[in-house]
Amino acid sequence: MASIDITGVSKIYPGAAGRSVTGIDLTIADGEFIVLVGPSGCGKSTLLRMVAGLEDITEGEIRIAGRRVNDLEPADRDIAMVFQNYALYPHMTVRENMAYGLKNRKTPRDVIEARVAEAARMLELGPYLDRKPRALSGGQRQRVAMGRAIVRQPAAFLFDEPLSNLDAKLRVSMRGEIRRLQKRLGTTSIYVTHDQLEAMTLADRLVVLNGGRIEQVGTPLDIYHHPASTFVASFIGSPAMNLIDAEVSGNRVVIGDQAITLAAPVQGIGGPAVLGIRAEDLHPAPSGLLFRVDLVEELGAQRLVHGHVSGQGLTLALSPAHPLSETMTIAPAGPALHFFDVGTGRRIGDTAAARTGAGVMA
Amino acid sequence: MSVPSTSLQTSPSGIARLRARLAAPPEAAKRVQFRRPLLPWLLLAPQLAVVATFFYWPSAQAVISSFYIEDPFGFGATFVGLDNYADAVGSSEYIRIAGFTVMFTVIVTVLSLAIGMLLAVKADKVIRGRPAYRTALIAVYAIAPPVAGLIGMMLFDQHIGSIVRFAALFGWNMQVGLSYWDTAFAMIVVAVWLQIPYNFIFVLSGLQAIPSAVREAALIDCRNGLRRFRTVILPLLAPTAFFLMIINITYALFDTFALIDVMVKDKPANNPITLVYKVYLDGFRGNDIGGSSAQSVILMAVVLVLTLFQFRYIERRVHYG
Repeated sequence: MASIDITGVSKIYPGAAGRSVTGIDLTIADGEFIVLVGPSGCGKSTLLRMVAGLEDITEGEIRIAGRRVNDLEPADRDIAMVFQNYALYPHMTVRENMAYGLKNRKTPRDVIEARVAEAARMLELGPYLDRKPRALSGGQRQRVAMGRAIVRQPAAFLFDEPLSNLDAKLRVSMRGEIRRLQKRLGTTSIYVTHDQLEAMTLADRLVVLNGGRIEQVGTPLDIYHHPASTFVASFIGSPAMNLIDAEVSGNRVVIGDQAITLAAPVQGIGGPAVLGIRAEDLHPAPSGLLFRVDLVEELGAQRLVHGHVSGQGLTLALSPAHPLSETMTIAPAGPALHFFDVGTGRRIGDTAAARTGAGVMA
Repeated sequence: MSVPSTSLQTSPSGIARLRARLAAPPEAAKRVQFRRPLLPWLLLAPQLAVVATFFYWPSAQAVISSFYIEDPFGFGATFVGLDNYADAVGSSEYIRIAGFTVMFTVIVTVLSLAIGMLLAVKADKVIRGRPAYRTALIAVYAIAPPVAGLIGMMLFDQHIGSIVRFAALFGWNMQVGLSYWDTAFAMIVVAVWLQIPYNFIFVLSGLQAIPSAVREAALIDCRNGLRRFRTVILPLLAPTAFFLMIINITYALFDTFALIDVMVKDKPANNPITLVYKVYLDGFRGNDIGGSSAQSVILMAVVLVLTLFQFRYIERRVHYG
């Protein structure tokens, strides 16, 4: 149980031209579940490995439970890590795998036995305790890896894409299992993933990384409803938020040769901007934008309708009950419009109209 | 009634047949087939001829002549049964040389394996200039044993040998080729030195086969580097180490022949030799073909046991990947 404070942390690999991770500031509260999410190469794993002590910290400082850990060995940082490919010791049984870290810390034998038994019960690994990892399925191996972390009762759990080697169905159930365990144990956790759905469902707070920098920190819903940049908007949420070029003047938003009129003028924006609209915020309307349908994806509960408005691609999420036609008139339902700067991609002109989601902007 | 029942009964076997057909790709796609049965044998013939001429035939000859006493000039042979074996095993000289061979083999195997492993573990950690280190350590392997023997002789030379001079600093009057144990020392040093690169290569590749995540997990689980090595790295290297042990024993027993030859040939004194060298001495210098054959058959038996041990015990424990 501990907080983790990351202050101005950067990583420069020897021989590399620039920083792989740049100036990360992040405070993680005790018991919080933080998910680092971003595309591959965004530095999320590097950051996690710096917390673990598997990578040197080039600049900045990391504190776990108030203690500076920059120069501590991984074994001395009081953390436990769950790896993507499980990283179980192939020559040890499940029981030995879980007990290994405790044994090396001179934990009394009866304490080790009790903790291993408890973890095995929690993870339903009882029947497999005397098996070697190669006799287990992928899901069981990952549970052993989690058991190995749990028995240590560390200050923090570090998860490095622990579910990406599992098949889709197992991934969903393990996701729930991890979340339940973490809530029950109340251990501060940092979880790295490139899967935005996994990130959304697990996180107390999401940290979206891009190019070694933090793009946005916030609760999943906060980030979903108030993406701080076009990058976040397109990365979080499926289907990705529609981003189209528009021209704003007062309460008129011009898209190509068409325009929509808003109830209230957009504050602080004049001229070109990137307009962001979630697929579920667009609906057929008596008047609005002329939408030509290219392709329909049936998902069962809803259908995704891909098409274009004045030559720019858009996706709609519609109820299957809704009749389809080759051209439709669509309008944003309610005031769920997002505007971003054309040059920087940062969020701009936060109108009262755009504030519909839960949560508070940072 | 009859029609549906047959169709119902045949359908499972039909599915099974279909499945079998799906599971097994067409034979032609899998393996090359020869129209005539003679052709594959013809293609194999050169290799089989080499194996038969240079391995099986001499081995058979050795076994046969081990039961005979042969005239030194090749005029005739007398069948003596197991006398040659009894003579060999019964002679105190043979026992003494066998004792030295065992000692030599154990020391060379243990030292070359341990040093090779130590170097590999250390070289595995080097990040800067890694290729240079590895090349330097592997390069020795390219030296042929007789050349290594010569270099070794130079290093241990009475007049110019740097090792001899170095030993003299500590008051050790090293006399390789004259003093039994000094020669043994030089033989062991050169034999170990020559074998280290081989072990180095294998241990290094064995180390690299250990997933980095497993090492990292160990880094988090265990602070003590030595303990980490003993409890995680070494067990994962065990298959490699077992394999190397067999190879090193064979090396010490047989492949050190050229080296020993260079070191003790034409030396007047009583120098240490191994059993293989004794086979050569008795057979080609002493012209005792029968006795020499009997000794080499004994050595063959030793190798056979070693090989069986490897196949039955080690191969079963090694799980590749």
